[in-house]
Amino acid sequence: MSLLSVSDLSILLKSGEGQPIVDRISFALEPGQRLGLIGESGSGKSLTTLAVTGLLPPGLRATGSVLLDGTQVIGARDRTLDRVRGHAAAVVFQEPSTALDPLMRLGKQIAEPLRRHRGLRGAALRSAVAAALDEVALPTRVAGAYPHEVSGGQRQRAAIAMALACRPKLLIADEPTTALDVTVQAEVLALLDRLAAAHDMALLFVSHDLAVIGKVTDEVLVLSQGRAVRTGPLAEVLSNPGDDYTRSLVASARRLDAALDLTPEVSDDSRGA
Amino acid sequence: MRRRAFLVTGIVLVAVVLAVALLSLFWTPFPAADTTGGRLEGPGAHHLLGTDKLGRDLLTRLMIGARIAVAVGAGAVALGALLGGAAGLLAAFANRWLDDSLAALLDILIAFPTLLLAMLVVAARGASLASAIVAIGLAMSAIVARLTRVLAKRVLAMDYVTAARTSGVSWPRIVWAHVLPNIWPTLAVNLALQFGLAVLAEASLSYLGLGPPPPNASWGRLLQEAQSTVLTAPVGAIAPGVLLVVLVVGVNLLADGLRDVADPTRRRHR
Repeated sequence: MSLLSVSDLSILLKSGEGQPIVDRISFALEPGQRLGLIGESGSGKSLTTLAVTGLLPPGLRATGSVLLDGTQVIGARDRTLDRVRGHAAAVVFQEPSTALDPLMRLGKQIAEPLRRHRGLRGAALRSAVAAALDEVALPTRVAGAYPHEVSGGQRQRAAIAMALACRPKLLIADEPTTALDVTVQAEVLALLDRLAAAHDMALLFVSHDLAVIGKVTDEVLVLSQGRAVRTGPLAEVLSNPGDDYTRSLVASARRLDAALDLTPEVSDDSRGA
Repeated sequence: MRRRAFLVTGIVLVAVVLAVALLSLFWTPFPAADTTGGRLEGPGAHHLLGTDKLGRDLLTRLMIGARIAVAVGAGAVALGALLGGAAGLLAAFANRWLDDSLAALLDILIAFPTLLLAMLVVAARGASLASAIVAIGLAMSAIVARLTRVLAKRVLAMDYVTAARTSGVSWPRIVWAHVLPNIWPTLAVNLALQFGLAVLAEASLSYLGLGPPPPNASWGRLLQEAQSTVLTAPVGAIAPGVLLVVLVVGVNLLADGLRDVADPTRRRHR
């Protein structure tokens, strides 16, 4: 059985006005499998991930079918979903500054899911928090810090630690590196890659950047204006884009690559300047 | 550093009034109903601040007034926070239709003059300390509700709430762990300011004769009674006025200082 099976998912305004924001997209994820969701801004990538966990903002509704770990998400009551959430799926967001409660120490935020899902208390909880921080390569002292006291990259690591604390079968990463600068971006991508492999987690990775997606997934689904325009292995999509949007996406990635190739090699000391 | 000084000054001013109010419960220079003094005596050794028209000790009446001011302020803030906070949270979670109706209701309540609302309550329930608290607390709850609604909505739109929902945290738990701590700093500052406004509102009500009835000696009533003799016995008008200013300014300074203490993201900048 698939871990996540989405079929004919559409997202519309509740008022029924206008075109569907997401129009009949379908995909499936097996346990441990990875899929990249790529598209321009406003193409419905993020809404799709919210619909998958049943967390669409008020004013929007979803139709079709989303089976998450065997539970039908669309039309389900909150109480039903509360049981699935956490065990089945967790989310890492784009903006680490809003993904963490500014008034709660990081250790407490990471402890919260550990307490609830794994039933840990006291010393066991403290060592689990330390282990969770260690897993994302954060020093233990970060547990006592408020989000504004650590850097953006550290915040995103803490957010990842929080998401992984429940040991979800599926990790949804919604542009987790977009708000970070390039060197930190690479670290966070490598971290996600390593952790997903280590815990045999399925990964739904959302991005507008082909190069970023290429670092963590092999399969991609290209969204344009709410429609799935292309799906398949990344290499195949690159060599044979098919539709216009995917072609422009690949072309722009190529242009960037070519530009980088033309630039003379940057030496280490000039980078520091 | 200047903010720190504000906070300390505020705490001192409020503490003085609080101490006087507490003291009045156990001890006053004269019994509240004692009329043995001469009429309109000036300040002296026997009556420290003099007496009023009926020969009552002014200091005694001021001390009782402090008690009433604090009681009305605290009572109205408690009522306003509870009622307003609950209504605001409800509106933040409500669907569009209920949210809009609540917002309209709150706007009407806010537009309604506090004193007029208070007169209606007093007319319905009779003048008493409880009436004053209910009237002022009701008017306050509308303002608190609107503030709570906006603040809570902002928190609910944050990714950390979505993240908590994704990991299966229930709504009551989210309100308790995320919403309340995040709206509390702003709300607390506003409530402190509202405390000052409530004290002033009670003084106005008493001045109009709609406050707690005699022998309660509210500062507003003292001001009203001293009005006709302000030229011959100015202390009677000045003293309650000064105390009102002390309490209200103290509370406002306290509110200002509280903002920094309550919010860890601002602590660093102090």
